[in-house]
Amino acid sequence: MRLLPAAMLVLVGLACASLTIGAASISILEASRDPWAALILMQSRLPRTLAVILTGAALAVAGVVLQALVRNRFVGPETTGTAESATLGLLAVTIVFPASPLWAKMVAASVAAMLGTALFVAVIRRLPVREVMLVPIAGLVLSGVIGSVATFVGWQTDLLQYVNGWLLSGEFSGVLAGRYELLWVAAAAAGLAWFAADRFAILGLGDNVATGLGLSPASVMRLGLAVVAVVTAMVITTVGLIPFVGLVVPNIVARIMGDNLRASIPVVAVFGAVLLLACDLLGRLIRYPYEIPVGTILGVVGAAIFLWLLYRRPAHG
Amino acid sequence: MIRISDLSYRIGKATILRDISTELPKGALTALIGPNGAGKSTLLRLIGRLEPLQTGSVSLDGADLASTRTEDLALRMAVLGQQTAIASRLRLRELVGFGRWPHHRGRPCAKDSAIVDEALAGFALGDLADRFIDEISGGQAQRAYLAMTVAQDTDWLLLDEPLNNLDMAHARALMCRLAELVRGSGKSVVTVIHEVNYAAAWADHVVAMKDGRIVAQGTPHEVLTSETLSMLYDTPVTVGTHQDRPLILHHV
Ligand SMILES: Nc1ncnc2c1ncn2[C@@H]1O[C@H](COP(=O)(O)OP(=O)(O)O)[C@@H](O)[C@H]1O
Ligand SMILES: [Mg+2]
Repeated sequence: MRLLPAAMLVLVGLACASLTIGAASISILEASRDPWAALILMQSRLPRTLAVILTGAALAVAGVVLQALVRNRFVGPETTGTAESATLGLLAVTIVFPASPLWAKMVAASVAAMLGTALFVAVIRRLPVREVMLVPIAGLVLSGVIGSVATFVGWQTDLLQYVNGWLLSGEFSGVLAGRYELLWVAAAAAGLAWFAADRFAILGLGDNVATGLGLSPASVMRLGLAVVAVVTAMVITTVGLIPFVGLVVPNIVARIMGDNLRASIPVVAVFGAVLLLACDLLGRLIRYPYEIPVGTILGVVGAAIFLWLLYRRPAHG
Repeated sequence: MIRISDLSYRIGKATILRDISTELPKGALTALIGPNGAGKSTLLRLIGRLEPLQTGSVSLDGADLASTRTEDLALRMAVLGQQTAIASRLRLRELVGFGRWPHHRGRPCAKDSAIVDEALAGFALGDLADRFIDEISGGQAQRAYLAMTVAQDTDWLLLDEPLNNLDMAHARALMCRLAELVRGSGKSVVTVIHEVNYAAAWADHVVAMKDGRIVAQGTPHEVLTSETLSMLYDTPVTVGTHQDRPLILHHV
């Protein structure tokens, strides 16, 4: 079985389903003749489907990059303080320069996310190497601390509503044309990661091996942190925090095809999109015509997959 | 030739290497020997630019280490560290393939895969090429790291205790392979060796270190004497000869 084409086929199927399903009952096949159907399709259904695919793919790629950078499989962009740092950056720029344009806010969010993730890396460098489980725990503690600072600042400045929008479980029901395009930036960052895939894979072999092969570990690390930060910042500002995709998808793919990122990143991206789109569809169907946020669905599905991966771990190592 | 001048190295308050100046010959197999903690790995890591130099300088065939770009150095020397626990899940062919990275930087061609196949075969890993490194034995993994280092196809190879985890047959095969790289392909090898008899049998040049200093250097016959070795390891050592090479008796 060719993994990538098979996964793409599943993704296309899910995308078609996603274009068809929604609160308004329209037939997308009629869209060329029915202007109302065309409007819904172009303004809502298509943007939403694209937003989910871009988010899932970008988050999964950010996850695999992060796991290579820190050489630990139990972390994802949502457990390393990245999202909370991005939130702090957004808060800071909103408070200090309320009138700043969108791009400035995004730069602030990305830079803050990068600093927060760099702090995480600096913290785990001091942990004993053999204690693999301390790494995710350190990440959760750091996320908690930065998250509480963000909440406190948001509360003091009457911006708590925004903080909650960024950090509480994400959902796509608000996605319309014109309100999701930042996710293309996240996808571009993930594409950049694919170009640099060999570098991340080599850094995953250790700083010594990377240096011996003529790479600068510090600059590969910076590039990787930038990818993770930009993806996370774009996703949380557009749709909110999406858990588990960046954590479980890289694990599933590594189990099947290993850590040769040049080959595995496209598969990781498609798997990420499939997982998120499937969960989003589930959220739309369970209480139709009402929606359950995809973050909530993922909380259940993702946790189940993660436990299964943990449980199966000794069999494969 | 690797020229080391006035090299000192400290970690915190501890002095690890003191005023080391020496030359390691080109086109030869050099063995670095000495007791645990002598500073052999540190010296090798400094030559391999895995640690930044503090004082002193190192030059590689005339190129100063500190002012040569790291990607250029990767075409001239390959380094295999002492601890190579690799956590990534890679197939052996992919791992060894990364040894070619300095040459192709992401765009491997037919020549690269030919060299990778040759390196795998050279370390008897052909049958394991499609296995993941977390699914093979320690000795097989050690051979895979060696194959990766050799696939880098550099003039200089710096190896830190490459015999780790290898059984008798593979240890001999490795030394034989290294000697062949030196005599046949004109490579230069600098290797830390724990078991002095391998140095006695295969090295052209021996450097003995103790407490961060070089205490003796020269041909195996000059360095591997009972007097020098007894002093070096602080234990009585008898040296005989076997096939015109020193034979060190230290285990009884
Ligand atoms: N990270 C470190 N911190 C403190 N001391 C170290 C460190 N690494 C090595 N050393 C010390 O440096 C000395 C030389 O170590 P090393 O070069 O590994 O010796 P060798 O390889 O000859 O056994 C030893 O005394 C060791 O304890
Ligand atoms: Mg050592």
